[in-house]
Amino acid sequence: MRVSIDTEICQGQGRCFSIAPSIFDFDELGNGVVIGDGTLSDETLSLARLAQSNCPEHAIFIEE
Amino acid sequence: MDTKPPVKDFATDWDHTDPQWVADPYPIWEELRGRCPVAHTDRYGGGWFPATHAGVSTIAKDTENFTSRTVILGNGRPGDDALPAPIGVAPPITSDPPFHAIARRLLLPAFAPGPINALEPQIRALCQRLLDQLGDHEIVNGGAEYAQYIPPGVIKHMLGFPEDDEDLFREFAHIIVEGVDHPEEQRIEEFAPIEEYFIKQIEDHRENPRDDLTTYLLNVDIAGQKLADEHIFGTMVLTLVAGIDTTWSAIGASLWHLASHPEDLERLVNEPDLMPVAIEEFLRFYAPVTMARLVKHDMEYLGCPMKQDDWILLGFPAANRDPEVFEDADKFIIDRAENRHVAFGLGIHRCAGSNLARLELRVAIEEFIKRYPRFELADPEAVTWAQGQIRGPRNLPIRILD
Ligand code: HEM
Repeated sequence: MRVSIDTEICQGQGRCFSIAPSIFDFDELGNGVVIGDGTLSDETLSLARLAQSNCPEHAIFIEE
Repeated sequence: MDTKPPVKDFATDWDHTDPQWVADPYPIWEELRGRCPVAHTDRYGGGWFPATHAGVSTIAKDTENFTSRTVILGNGRPGDDALPAPIGVAPPITSDPPFHAIARRLLLPAFAPGPINALEPQIRALCQRLLDQLGDHEIVNGGAEYAQYIPPGVIKHMLGFPEDDEDLFREFAHIIVEGVDHPEEQRIEEFAPIEEYFIKQIEDHRENPRDDLTTYLLNVDIAGQKLADEHIFGTMVLTLVAGIDTTWSAIGASLWHLASHPEDLERLVNEPDLMPVAIEEFLRFYAPVTMARLVKHDMEYLGCPMKQDDWILLGFPAANRDPEVFEDADKFIIDRAENRHVAFGLGIHRCAGSNLARLELRVAIEEFIKRYPRFELADPEAVTWAQGQIRGPRNLPIRILD
Protein backbone atom coordinates (compact mmCIF):
# COMPACT_ATOMS: atom_id res chain seq x y z
CA MET A 1 0.00 0.00 0.00
CA ARG A 2 1.36 3.39 -1.02
CA VAL A 3 0.32 6.98 -0.86
CA SER A 4 1.36 9.70 -3.30
CA ILE A 5 0.61 13.33 -4.09
CA ASP A 6 0.02 14.47 -7.64
CA THR A 7 2.19 17.60 -7.71
CA GLU A 8 0.31 18.91 -10.77
CA ILE A 9 -2.89 19.00 -8.74
CA CYS A 10 -1.56 19.98 -5.29
CA GLN A 11 -1.93 23.71 -4.58
CA GLY A 12 -0.54 23.76 -1.06
CA GLN A 13 -3.86 23.81 0.80
CA GLY A 14 -1.87 22.36 3.68
CA ARG A 15 -4.38 19.86 5.02
CA CYS A 16 -2.37 16.64 4.61
CA PHE A 17 0.72 17.60 6.59
CA SER A 18 -1.41 19.07 9.39
CA ILE A 19 -3.57 15.97 9.73
CA ALA A 20 -0.87 13.36 9.17
CA PRO A 21 2.56 14.85 9.86
CA SER A 22 4.03 11.34 10.11
CA ILE A 23 3.16 10.69 6.46
CA PHE A 24 3.32 14.13 4.81
CA ASP A 25 5.63 17.11 4.98
CA PHE A 26 5.78 20.40 3.05
CA ASP A 27 8.35 21.80 0.65
CA GLU A 28 9.83 25.29 0.44
CA LEU A 29 6.71 26.59 -1.34
CA GLY A 30 4.34 25.03 1.15
CA ASN A 31 3.16 22.26 -1.17
CA GLY A 32 2.58 18.81 0.28
CA VAL A 33 5.18 16.05 -0.12
CA VAL A 34 5.13 12.41 0.93
CA ILE A 35 7.78 11.44 3.48
CA GLY A 36 9.98 8.59 2.20
CA ASP A 37 8.48 6.30 -0.44
CA GLY A 38 4.95 6.54 0.88
CA THR A 39 4.61 2.91 1.93
CA LEU A 40 1.67 2.53 4.31
CA SER A 41 1.14 0.02 7.08
CA ASP A 42 -2.24 -1.14 8.35
CA GLU A 43 -1.97 1.48 11.07
CA THR A 44 -1.03 4.39 8.84
CA LEU A 45 -3.54 3.58 6.10
CA SER A 46 -6.51 5.05 7.93
CA LEU A 47 -4.58 8.23 8.71
CA ALA A 48 -3.59 8.56 5.04
CA ARG A 49 -7.24 8.04 4.09
CA LEU A 50 -8.29 10.77 6.51
CA ALA A 51 -5.82 13.18 4.92
CA GLN A 52 -7.06 12.15 1.48
CA SER A 53 -10.67 12.84 2.42
CA ASN A 54 -9.69 16.34 3.58
CA CYS A 55 -7.76 17.42 0.49
CA PRO A 56 -9.88 20.06 -1.29
CA GLU A 57 -7.94 19.54 -4.52
CA HIS A 58 -8.23 15.74 -4.60
CA ALA A 59 -4.47 15.51 -5.04
CA ILE A 60 -3.78 12.49 -2.80
CA PHE A 61 -3.80 8.97 -4.23
CA ILE A 62 -3.63 5.66 -2.37
CA GLU A 63 -2.71 2.39 -4.08
CA GLU A 64 -3.92 -0.57 -2.12
CA MET B 1 -28.15 56.74 -0.58
CA ASP B 2 -28.46 53.35 -2.14
CA THR B 3 -31.70 53.20 -4.08
CA LYS B 4 -31.39 49.79 -5.70
CA PRO B 5 -34.71 48.09 -6.32
CA PRO B 6 -35.27 45.10 -4.04
CA VAL B 7 -34.46 41.70 -5.51
CA LYS B 8 -37.56 39.97 -6.89
CA ASP B 9 -36.05 36.57 -7.54
CA PHE B 10 -32.47 35.62 -6.72
CA ALA B 11 -32.41 33.09 -9.57
CA THR B 12 -32.80 35.78 -12.22
CA ASP B 13 -31.93 38.99 -10.39
CA TRP B 14 -29.35 38.19 -7.67
CA ASP B 15 -27.53 40.91 -5.79
CA HIS B 16 -24.96 40.08 -3.13
CA THR B 17 -25.50 43.49 -1.51
CA ASP B 18 -29.25 42.98 -1.11
CA PRO B 19 -30.14 43.26 2.62
CA GLN B 20 -31.61 39.75 2.66
CA TRP B 21 -28.42 38.25 1.19
CA VAL B 22 -26.23 40.28 3.55
CA ALA B 23 -28.22 39.24 6.63
CA ASP B 24 -28.54 35.53 5.85
CA PRO B 25 -27.43 34.26 2.43
CA TYR B 26 -27.56 30.54 3.22
CA PRO B 27 -31.27 29.86 2.59
CA ILE B 28 -30.98 31.79 -0.68
CA TRP B 29 -28.09 29.62 -1.85
CA GLU B 30 -29.88 26.46 -0.82
CA GLU B 31 -32.91 27.42 -2.86
CA LEU B 32 -30.74 28.28 -5.87
CA ARG B 33 -28.95 24.92 -5.71
CA GLY B 34 -32.31 23.22 -6.03
CA ARG B 35 -33.71 25.44 -8.75
CA CYS B 36 -31.05 26.64 -11.12
CA PRO B 37 -27.54 25.79 -10.11
CA VAL B 38 -26.20 28.87 -11.93
CA ALA B 39 -28.21 32.03 -11.18
CA HIS B 40 -28.21 35.10 -13.40
CA THR B 41 -28.52 38.83 -12.87
CA ASP B 42 -28.72 41.85 -15.14
CA ARG B 43 -27.34 43.99 -12.33
CA TYR B 44 -23.67 45.05 -12.43
CA GLY B 45 -23.88 44.89 -16.21
CA GLY B 46 -24.68 41.18 -16.15
CA GLY B 47 -23.36 38.25 -14.15
CA TRP B 48 -23.64 34.63 -13.04
CA PHE B 49 -23.56 32.96 -9.66
CA PRO B 50 -22.89 29.22 -9.44
CA ALA B 51 -24.45 28.00 -6.18
CA THR B 52 -23.01 24.47 -6.19
CA HIS B 53 -19.60 23.14 -5.25
CA ALA B 54 -19.28 21.61 -8.72
CA GLY B 55 -19.97 24.93 -10.44
CA VAL B 56 -17.58 26.91 -8.24
CA SER B 57 -14.87 24.30 -8.58
CA THR B 58 -15.15 24.05 -12.38
CA ILE B 59 -14.89 27.80 -12.86
CA ALA B 60 -12.13 28.34 -10.24
CA LYS B 61 -9.94 25.82 -12.06
CA ASP B 62 -10.70 27.07 -15.56
CA THR B 63 -8.29 29.87 -16.42
CA GLU B 64 -8.86 29.34 -20.16
CA ASN B 65 -12.41 30.62 -20.11
CA PHE B 66 -12.29 32.99 -17.13
CA THR B 67 -9.90 35.74 -16.13
CA SER B 68 -8.96 37.10 -12.70
CA ARG B 69 -8.13 40.55 -13.98
CA THR B 70 -10.89 41.92 -11.77
CA VAL B 71 -11.78 39.96 -8.63
CA ILE B 72 -14.06 42.52 -6.98
CA LEU B 73 -17.42 42.96 -8.63
CA GLY B 74 -17.83 46.52 -9.89
CA ASN B 75 -20.83 48.56 -10.78
CA GLY B 76 -20.90 47.96 -14.50
CA ARG B 77 -19.25 45.89 -17.19
CA PRO B 78 -15.51 46.50 -16.88
CA GLY B 79 -15.14 46.80 -20.66
CA ASP B 80 -12.11 48.69 -21.84
CA ASP B 81 -11.37 50.09 -18.40
CA ALA B 82 -10.55 46.63 -17.10
CA LEU B 83 -7.01 46.04 -16.04
CA PRO B 84 -4.68 44.37 -18.44
CA ALA B 85 -4.25 40.61 -18.23
CA PRO B 86 -2.14 38.70 -17.49
CA ILE B 87 -0.36 40.84 -14.86
CA GLY B 88 -3.11 43.02 -13.41
CA VAL B 89 -2.92 45.56 -10.65
CA ALA B 90 -2.25 43.31 -7.66
CA PRO B 91 -0.25 40.25 -8.69
CA PRO B 92 -0.78 37.36 -8.18
CA ILE B 93 -4.45 37.70 -7.24
CA THR B 94 -5.35 39.66 -10.40
CA SER B 95 -2.92 37.78 -12.65
CA ASP B 96 -3.64 35.03 -15.15
CA PRO B 97 -1.24 32.38 -16.45
CA PRO B 98 1.53 32.43 -17.37
CA PHE B 99 2.57 35.52 -15.35
CA HIS B 100 0.58 34.39 -12.33
CA ALA B 101 2.98 31.55 -11.55
CA ILE B 102 5.95 33.93 -11.43
CA ALA B 103 4.30 36.43 -9.10
CA ARG B 104 2.98 33.65 -6.88
CA ARG B 105 6.26 31.73 -6.76
CA LEU B 106 7.88 34.80 -5.30
CA LEU B 107 5.45 35.07 -2.39
CA LEU B 108 5.06 31.42 -1.47
CA PRO B 109 8.37 30.83 0.37
CA ALA B 110 7.61 33.73 2.72
CA PHE B 111 4.16 32.28 3.51
CA ALA B 112 5.12 28.59 3.69
CA PRO B 113 4.50 26.78 7.00
CA GLY B 114 8.13 27.03 8.13
CA PRO B 115 8.45 30.83 8.38
CA ILE B 116 4.78 31.24 9.33
CA ASN B 117 4.82 28.76 12.22
CA ALA B 118 7.76 30.66 13.67
CA LEU B 119 5.42 33.64 14.20
CA GLU B 120 3.25 31.82 16.73
CA PRO B 121 4.82 33.33 19.90
CA GLN B 122 4.49 36.89 18.54
CA ILE B 123 0.87 36.31 17.52
CA ARG B 124 0.09 34.87 20.94
CA ALA B 125 1.72 37.84 22.66
CA LEU B 126 -0.28 40.24 20.47
CA CYS B 127 -3.58 38.52 21.34
CA GLN B 128 -2.70 38.56 25.04
CA ARG B 129 -1.87 42.25 24.86
CA LEU B 130 -5.22 43.02 23.22
CA LEU B 131 -7.03 40.96 25.86
CA ASP B 132 -5.16 42.81 28.61
CA GLN B 133 -6.46 46.04 27.13
CA LEU B 134 -10.04 44.71 27.27
CA GLY B 135 -9.48 44.25 30.98
CA ASP B 136 -12.35 43.10 33.15
CA HIS B 137 -15.14 44.88 31.33
CA GLU B 138 -18.42 43.04 31.40
CA ILE B 139 -19.07 43.72 27.72
CA VAL B 140 -16.28 43.57 25.16
CA ASN B 141 -16.46 44.10 21.43
CA GLY B 142 -15.02 40.93 19.88
CA GLY B 143 -14.93 42.56 16.46
CA ALA B 144 -13.91 46.17 16.88
CA GLU B 145 -11.70 45.72 19.96
CA TYR B 146 -10.12 42.32 19.31
CA ALA B 147 -10.46 40.48 15.97
CA GLN B 148 -9.95 43.65 13.96
CA TYR B 149 -6.51 44.38 15.40
CA ILE B 150 -4.94 40.96 15.09
CA PRO B 151 -4.22 40.71 11.33
CA PRO B 152 -2.75 44.22 10.91
CA GLY B 153 -0.62 43.72 14.02
CA VAL B 154 0.77 40.48 12.60
CA ILE B 155 1.40 41.86 9.11
CA LYS B 156 3.11 44.93 10.51
CA HIS B 157 5.43 42.64 12.42
CA MET B 158 6.05 40.46 9.32
CA LEU B 159 6.92 43.51 7.25
CA GLY B 160 9.30 44.69 9.98
CA PHE B 161 7.79 48.13 10.56
CA PRO B 162 8.60 50.06 13.76
CA GLU B 163 6.63 48.98 16.85
CA ASP B 164 5.87 52.60 17.71
CA ASP B 165 3.89 53.05 14.50
CA GLU B 166 1.06 50.84 15.74
CA ASP B 167 -1.62 53.56 15.59
CA LEU B 168 -0.48 54.90 12.27
CA PHE B 169 -0.50 51.41 10.80
CA ARG B 170 -4.00 50.73 12.10
CA GLU B 171 -5.16 53.89 10.41
CA PHE B 172 -3.64 52.69 7.12
CA ALA B 173 -5.34 49.33 7.56
CA HIS B 174 -8.67 51.13 7.91
CA ILE B 175 -8.09 53.20 4.80
CA ILE B 176 -7.24 50.08 2.81
CA VAL B 177 -10.15 47.99 4.04
CA GLU B 178 -12.74 50.72 3.76
CA GLY B 179 -11.50 52.01 0.42
CA VAL B 180 -11.89 48.72 -1.43
CA ASP B 181 -14.87 49.89 -3.46
CA HIS B 182 -14.09 53.60 -3.65
CA PRO B 183 -13.60 55.08 -7.12
CA GLU B 184 -10.05 54.79 -8.44
CA GLU B 185 -9.25 58.51 -8.12
CA GLN B 186 -10.39 58.77 -4.53
CA ARG B 187 -8.48 55.60 -3.73
CA ILE B 188 -5.23 56.98 -5.12
CA GLU B 189 -5.68 60.10 -3.01
CA GLU B 190 -6.43 58.07 0.12
CA PHE B 191 -3.42 55.87 -0.51
CA ALA B 192 -0.92 58.73 -0.82
CA PRO B 193 0.15 58.78 2.86
CA ILE B 194 0.37 54.98 2.87
CA GLU B 195 2.58 54.97 -0.19
CA GLU B 196 4.80 57.65 1.31
CA TYR B 197 5.20 55.71 4.56
CA PHE B 198 5.79 52.37 2.82
CA ILE B 199 8.39 53.83 0.47
CA LYS B 200 10.18 55.27 3.51
CA GLN B 201 10.15 51.80 5.09
CA ILE B 202 11.46 50.23 1.88
CA GLU B 203 14.34 52.71 1.83
CA ASP B 204 15.10 52.09 5.47
CA HIS B 205 15.18 48.34 4.85
CA ARG B 206 17.46 48.83 1.87
CA GLU B 207 19.93 50.62 4.14
CA ASN B 208 19.39 48.34 7.14
CA PRO B 209 18.48 44.88 5.90
CA ARG B 210 16.93 42.58 8.50
CA ASP B 211 15.06 39.34 8.75
CA ASP B 212 11.57 40.28 7.59
CA LEU B 213 9.22 40.25 4.61
CA THR B 214 10.30 43.68 3.36
CA THR B 215 13.94 42.63 3.20
CA TYR B 216 12.89 39.38 1.55
CA LEU B 217 11.03 41.31 -1.17
CA LEU B 218 14.05 43.57 -1.67
CA ASN B 219 16.34 40.59 -2.20
CA VAL B 220 14.13 38.32 -4.24
CA ASP B 221 14.45 38.40 -8.03
CA ILE B 222 12.49 37.45 -11.11
CA ALA B 223 14.80 36.03 -13.78
CA GLY B 224 17.84 37.83 -12.39
CA GLN B 225 16.03 41.15 -11.96
CA LYS B 226 15.28 42.73 -8.60
CA LEU B 227 11.71 43.91 -8.06
CA ALA B 228 10.89 47.53 -8.76
CA ASP B 229 9.84 49.54 -5.70
CA GLU B 230 6.31 49.77 -7.13
CA HIS B 231 6.09 46.00 -7.27
CA ILE B 232 7.31 45.73 -3.66
CA PHE B 233 4.81 48.39 -2.60
CA GLY B 234 2.03 46.61 -4.53
CA THR B 235 2.83 43.33 -2.82
CA MET B 236 2.86 44.95 0.62
CA VAL B 237 -0.54 46.49 -0.04
CA LEU B 238 -1.85 43.15 -1.25
CA THR B 239 -0.90 41.48 2.02
CA LEU B 240 -2.94 44.15 3.78
CA VAL B 241 -5.92 44.07 1.41
CA ALA B 242 -6.03 40.27 1.20
CA GLY B 243 -5.04 39.58 4.78
CA ILE B 244 -6.87 41.97 7.08
CA ASP B 245 -10.58 42.03 6.36
CA THR B 246 -10.60 38.31 5.58
CA THR B 247 -8.89 37.05 8.73
CA TRP B 248 -10.69 39.56 10.94
CA SER B 249 -13.97 38.22 9.53
CA ALA B 250 -12.98 34.62 10.17
CA ILE B 251 -11.98 35.34 13.79
CA GLY B 252 -15.11 37.41 14.39
CA ALA B 253 -17.46 34.81 12.90
CA SER B 254 -15.86 32.08 15.03
CA LEU B 255 -16.30 34.18 18.18
CA TRP B 256 -19.89 34.90 17.15
CA HIS B 257 -20.53 31.17 16.82
CA LEU B 258 -19.04 30.36 20.22
CA ALA B 259 -20.94 33.24 21.84
CA SER B 260 -24.22 31.89 20.50
CA HIS B 261 -23.55 28.12 20.90
CA PRO B 262 -22.59 27.47 24.55
CA GLU B 263 -22.34 23.71 23.98
CA ASP B 264 -19.60 24.21 21.36
CA LEU B 265 -17.79 26.73 23.53
CA GLU B 266 -17.81 24.31 26.44
CA ARG B 267 -16.45 21.47 24.32
CA LEU B 268 -13.67 23.60 22.93
CA VAL B 269 -12.68 24.80 26.41
CA ASN B 270 -12.68 21.24 27.77
CA GLU B 271 -11.14 19.52 24.74
CA PRO B 272 -8.37 21.74 23.41
CA ASP B 273 -7.24 18.91 21.08
CA LEU B 274 -10.37 19.58 19.05
CA MET B 275 -9.02 22.97 18.00
CA PRO B 276 -7.54 22.00 14.60
CA VAL B 277 -10.73 20.30 13.35
CA ALA B 278 -12.89 23.03 14.88
CA ILE B 279 -10.89 25.66 13.00
CA GLU B 280 -11.58 23.91 9.69
CA GLU B 281 -15.30 23.76 10.52
CA PHE B 282 -15.33 27.48 11.36
CA LEU B 283 -13.68 28.10 8.00
CA ARG B 284 -16.17 25.89 6.15
CA PHE B 285 -19.31 27.12 7.85
CA TYR B 286 -18.43 30.82 7.98
CA ALA B 287 -16.13 31.07 4.95
CA PRO B 288 -15.72 34.83 4.63
CA VAL B 289 -14.40 35.26 1.09
CA THR B 290 -16.24 35.39 -2.25
CA MET B 291 -14.20 36.26 -5.34
CA ALA B 292 -15.10 37.36 -8.85
CA ARG B 293 -14.00 36.39 -12.34
CA LEU B 294 -14.77 37.75 -15.80
CA VAL B 295 -15.93 35.63 -18.71
CA LYS B 296 -13.22 35.74 -21.39
CA HIS B 297 -15.39 35.18 -24.47
CA ASP B 298 -18.95 34.41 -25.53
CA MET B 299 -19.74 30.77 -24.83
CA GLU B 300 -22.30 28.26 -23.63
CA TYR B 301 -20.99 27.16 -20.22
CA LEU B 302 -22.66 25.01 -17.55
CA GLY B 303 -25.77 25.39 -19.67
CA CYS B 304 -25.66 29.19 -19.58
CA PRO B 305 -25.28 31.64 -22.47
CA MET B 306 -22.29 33.58 -21.10
CA LYS B 307 -21.08 36.73 -22.81
CA GLN B 308 -17.59 38.20 -22.80
CA ASP B 309 -17.01 40.38 -19.70
CA ASP B 310 -20.00 38.99 -17.82
CA TRP B 311 -19.21 38.77 -14.12
CA ILE B 312 -18.90 35.50 -12.25
CA LEU B 313 -19.42 35.69 -8.51
CA LEU B 314 -17.38 32.78 -7.20
CA GLY B 315 -19.05 31.83 -3.95
CA PHE B 316 -16.64 29.64 -2.02
CA PRO B 317 -18.96 30.04 1.00
CA ALA B 318 -21.87 28.64 -1.04
CA ALA B 319 -19.75 25.69 -2.24
CA ASN B 320 -19.02 24.92 1.41
CA ARG B 321 -22.74 24.39 2.11
CA ASP B 322 -23.41 22.02 -0.80
CA PRO B 323 -25.01 18.79 0.49
CA GLU B 324 -23.56 16.92 -2.52
CA VAL B 325 -20.12 17.29 -0.93
CA PHE B 326 -20.78 17.75 2.80
CA GLU B 327 -22.94 15.53 4.95
CA ASP B 328 -25.37 17.66 6.98
CA ALA B 329 -23.95 20.63 5.14
CA ASP B 330 -26.12 23.10 7.01
CA LYS B 331 -25.07 21.83 10.42
CA PHE B 332 -22.04 23.11 12.26
CA ILE B 333 -20.27 19.98 13.51
CA ILE B 334 -17.35 20.99 15.67
CA ASP B 335 -15.56 17.64 15.29
CA ARG B 336 -16.33 17.09 11.60
CA ALA B 337 -13.57 14.68 10.56
CA GLU B 338 -13.91 14.89 6.77
CA ASN B 339 -13.93 18.46 5.61
CA ARG B 340 -12.83 19.32 2.09
CA HIS B 341 -13.92 22.94 2.46
CA VAL B 342 -12.82 25.55 -0.05
CA ALA B 343 -12.69 28.68 2.15
CA PHE B 344 -9.22 29.43 0.73
CA GLY B 345 -10.27 28.90 -2.86
CA LEU B 346 -9.34 26.17 -5.31
CA GLY B 347 -6.76 25.84 -8.05
CA ILE B 348 -3.89 28.15 -8.85
CA HIS B 349 -5.11 31.12 -6.79
CA ARG B 350 -5.37 29.12 -3.52
CA CYS B 351 -4.94 31.70 -0.76
CA ALA B 352 -1.23 32.35 -0.46
CA GLY B 353 -1.80 33.45 3.12
CA SER B 354 -3.74 30.37 4.26
CA ASN B 355 -1.05 29.10 6.64
CA LEU B 356 -0.88 32.50 8.29
CA ALA B 357 -4.66 32.92 8.39
CA ARG B 358 -5.13 29.54 10.06
CA LEU B 359 -2.46 30.28 12.63
CA GLU B 360 -3.98 33.66 13.49
CA LEU B 361 -7.46 32.18 13.72
CA ARG B 362 -6.33 29.33 15.97
CA VAL B 363 -4.24 31.46 18.32
CA ALA B 364 -6.88 34.23 18.48
CA ILE B 365 -9.58 31.75 19.54
CA GLU B 366 -7.29 29.82 21.90
CA GLU B 367 -6.30 32.97 23.76
CA PHE B 368 -9.81 34.39 23.87
CA ILE B 369 -11.40 31.26 25.37
CA LYS B 370 -8.48 30.81 27.76
CA ARG B 371 -9.11 34.32 29.10
CA TYR B 372 -12.92 34.12 28.91
CA PRO B 373 -14.11 30.50 29.12
CA ARG B 374 -17.76 31.58 29.26
CA PHE B 375 -19.36 34.33 27.21
CA GLU B 376 -22.48 35.10 25.21
CA LEU B 377 -23.81 37.65 22.74
CA ALA B 378 -24.62 40.78 24.72
CA ASP B 379 -27.17 41.95 22.19
CA PRO B 380 -27.77 39.61 19.23
CA GLU B 381 -29.74 42.30 17.39
CA ALA B 382 -26.81 44.72 17.54
CA VAL B 383 -24.45 42.44 15.60
CA THR B 384 -23.83 43.76 12.11
CA TRP B 385 -22.37 41.73 9.24
CA ALA B 386 -20.24 43.32 6.55
CA GLN B 387 -21.80 43.37 3.11
CA GLY B 388 -20.04 42.64 -0.12
CA GLN B 389 -17.53 39.94 -0.91
CA ILE B 390 -16.02 39.63 2.56
CA ARG B 391 -18.52 38.46 5.16
CA GLY B 392 -18.02 38.71 8.89
CA PRO B 393 -19.39 40.43 11.99
CA ARG B 394 -18.18 43.99 12.50
CA ASN B 395 -19.95 45.08 15.66
CA LEU B 396 -19.85 42.11 18.03
CA PRO B 397 -20.76 42.99 21.63
CA ILE B 398 -19.98 40.02 23.86
CA ARG B 399 -20.96 39.66 27.52
CA ILE B 400 -18.31 37.96 29.64
CA LEU B 401 -19.89 35.55 32.12
CA ASP B 402 -18.62 34.63 35.62
C1 HEM C 1 -9.34 33.49 6.85
C2 HEM C 1 -8.64 34.35 6.13
C3 HEM C 1 -8.51 34.30 4.64
C4 HEM C 1 -9.37 33.77 3.71
C5 HEM C 1 -10.71 33.07 3.94
C6 HEM C 1 -8.77 33.98 2.41
C7 HEM C 1 -9.35 33.57 1.22
C8 HEM C 1 -8.75 33.67 -0.02
C9 HEM C 1 -9.31 33.16 -1.24
C10 HEM C 1 -10.66 32.46 -1.37
C11 HEM C 1 -8.42 33.41 -2.22
C12 HEM C 1 -8.56 33.00 -3.70
C13 HEM C 1 -8.84 34.16 -4.58
C14 HEM C 1 -9.30 33.76 -5.98
O1 HEM C 1 -9.48 32.58 -6.30
O2 HEM C 1 -9.50 34.69 -6.77
C15 HEM C 1 -7.29 34.11 -1.64
C16 HEM C 1 -6.17 34.54 -2.33
C17 HEM C 1 -5.10 35.19 -1.73
N1 HEM C 1 -4.95 35.47 -0.39
FE1 HEM C 1 -6.22 34.99 1.11
N2 HEM C 1 -7.58 34.64 2.56
C18 HEM C 1 -7.37 34.84 3.91
C19 HEM C 1 -6.27 35.45 4.50
C20 HEM C 1 -5.14 35.86 3.84
C21 HEM C 1 -3.95 36.40 4.46
C22 HEM C 1 -3.71 36.52 5.96
C23 HEM C 1 -3.09 36.73 3.44
C24 HEM C 1 -1.71 37.32 3.48
C25 HEM C 1 -1.23 38.11 4.35
C26 HEM C 1 -3.74 36.39 2.20
C27 HEM C 1 -3.18 36.57 0.96
C28 HEM C 1 -3.73 36.12 -0.23
C29 HEM C 1 -3.07 36.27 -1.52
C30 HEM C 1 -1.72 36.90 -1.78
C31 HEM C 1 -3.93 35.67 -2.47
C32 HEM C 1 -3.71 35.56 -3.97
C33 HEM C 1 -3.10 34.24 -4.32
C34 HEM C 1 -3.00 34.02 -5.82
O3 HEM C 1 -3.71 34.67 -6.59
O4 HEM C 1 -2.16 33.20 -6.24
N3 HEM C 1 -4.98 35.87 2.46
N4 HEM C 1 -7.52 34.23 -0.29
